[in-house]
Amino acid sequence: MNAKELIARRVAKELKDGDVVNLGIGLPTMVANYVEPGIDITFQSENGMLGLGPAPDKEHEDWDLTNAGGKPVTMTIGGVFFDSSTSFGIIRGGHVDATVLGSLQVDEEGNIANWIIPGKMVPGMGGAMDLLVGAKKVIVAMQHTSNGEPKILKKCTLPFTAVKEVNMIVTELGVMEVTPEGVVLTEVAPGVTPEDVQAATEATLIISKNLKEMEI
Amino acid sequence: MKKKIITRADFVAKIPNGASILVGGFMNIGTAESIIDEMLKTDVKDLTIICNDAGLPGVGVGKLIDAGKVKKLIASHIGLNPIAGQKMTSGEMEVELIPQGTLAERIRIGGAGLGGFLTPTGIGTIVQEGKQILEVDGRNYILEKPLKADFAFLLGHVVDKKGNVVYSKTTRNFNPLMATAAECVVVEARKVVEIGDIDPDHIITPHIFVDYIVEDEKI
Repeated sequence: MNAKELIARRVAKELKDGDVVNLGIGLPTMVANYVEPGIDITFQSENGMLGLGPAPDKEHEDWDLTNAGGKPVTMTIGGVFFDSSTSFGIIRGGHVDATVLGSLQVDEEGNIANWIIPGKMVPGMGGAMDLLVGAKKVIVAMQHTSNGEPKILKKCTLPFTAVKEVNMIVTELGVMEVTPEGVVLTEVAPGVTPEDVQAATEATLIISKNLKEMEI
Repeated sequence: MKKKIITRADFVAKIPNGASILVGGFMNIGTAESIIDEMLKTDVKDLTIICNDAGLPGVGVGKLIDAGKVKKLIASHIGLNPIAGQKMTSGEMEVELIPQGTLAERIRIGGAGLGGFLTPTGIGTIVQEGKQILEVDGRNYILEKPLKADFAFLLGHVVDKKGNVVYSKTTRNFNPLMATAAECVVVEARKVVEIGDIDPDHIITPHIFVDYIVEDEKI
């Protein structure tokens, strides 16, 4: 199993029956593939729909039915379309139970930076700032390091996307919860020790008393 | 009754240099692309374009950016159009990035006669710079102001001759909001029907918001 699949499988276990969930583009989108049968999740897409389904076969593509990346998707039975204002009312208004996003940096206070690298890359924040502030639970799904450099820091060095909004971080090395005391390591991936995770992390990890192996 | 159906060329001739234009669509899904194509035939320039994103190079509002017609772009995301990024870095085009929900709501209130709204989105980030912060019941909010424009371009799926609009699926996105927030609103209609043919319960944009209708000959 590669790192991305491991992360997506573990994040999928966080989603509960009946949840309304918004998945970011990229790795977070993969989470939908691993939701267990019998767990009913309503996926929201910020471009204006509830009931986002899997991507269609090439011959069934409908370019009026797309996700926030502008790519064709399908709709599940009972789905609904709406405008962007309603969509972000759903997001900011606390009607989304969980959002899963990738990130460039996350820090000990739950701050997150994922929308700009000044002077280098300025993609824009899209809907990320609204999702971070509005979703009841924010799960960051990302690879633990970037070119060997830690991404979980004492303090983000890039401009924030949101302040103190991250609740959980899932990487290929483990699962961490962001608490008022700091980042608590609650699970480690098979074959990984807490020391391995700390070595790849700039923030000081608090090792949970109930540390266990990552469920996948 | 005023006839709203107009040719693309006659509509585009109304757009002066320096105009501000709200363009519906999300990654070009729901963008009135035939009107953009018509604009490429003219010398109009120095435009301010307000759109969710920068499209792709050669697609949607990306065509106006490629052609150097855009002086300023107001959007939430430009990451999928590297040409927009280059023009921003070189200073050829000014880019203002706004959180997507804030962009949508600024347009909505622009059309709804409100003077601003309070949002928690962007608190503690560079988005709040230069803006008023207000505390309500112990929580901080940014005061965001309405956003309006000279023109709005909509993509309608079915439009009656009075200007009532029905959208298709996720092409709706910003279109119904933008319909309310411009001096002059045009809808590119995939299909034009007679007045009374659309169930009033199904109409998303009421006809009073629409000034002109152009027919999309491609469909």
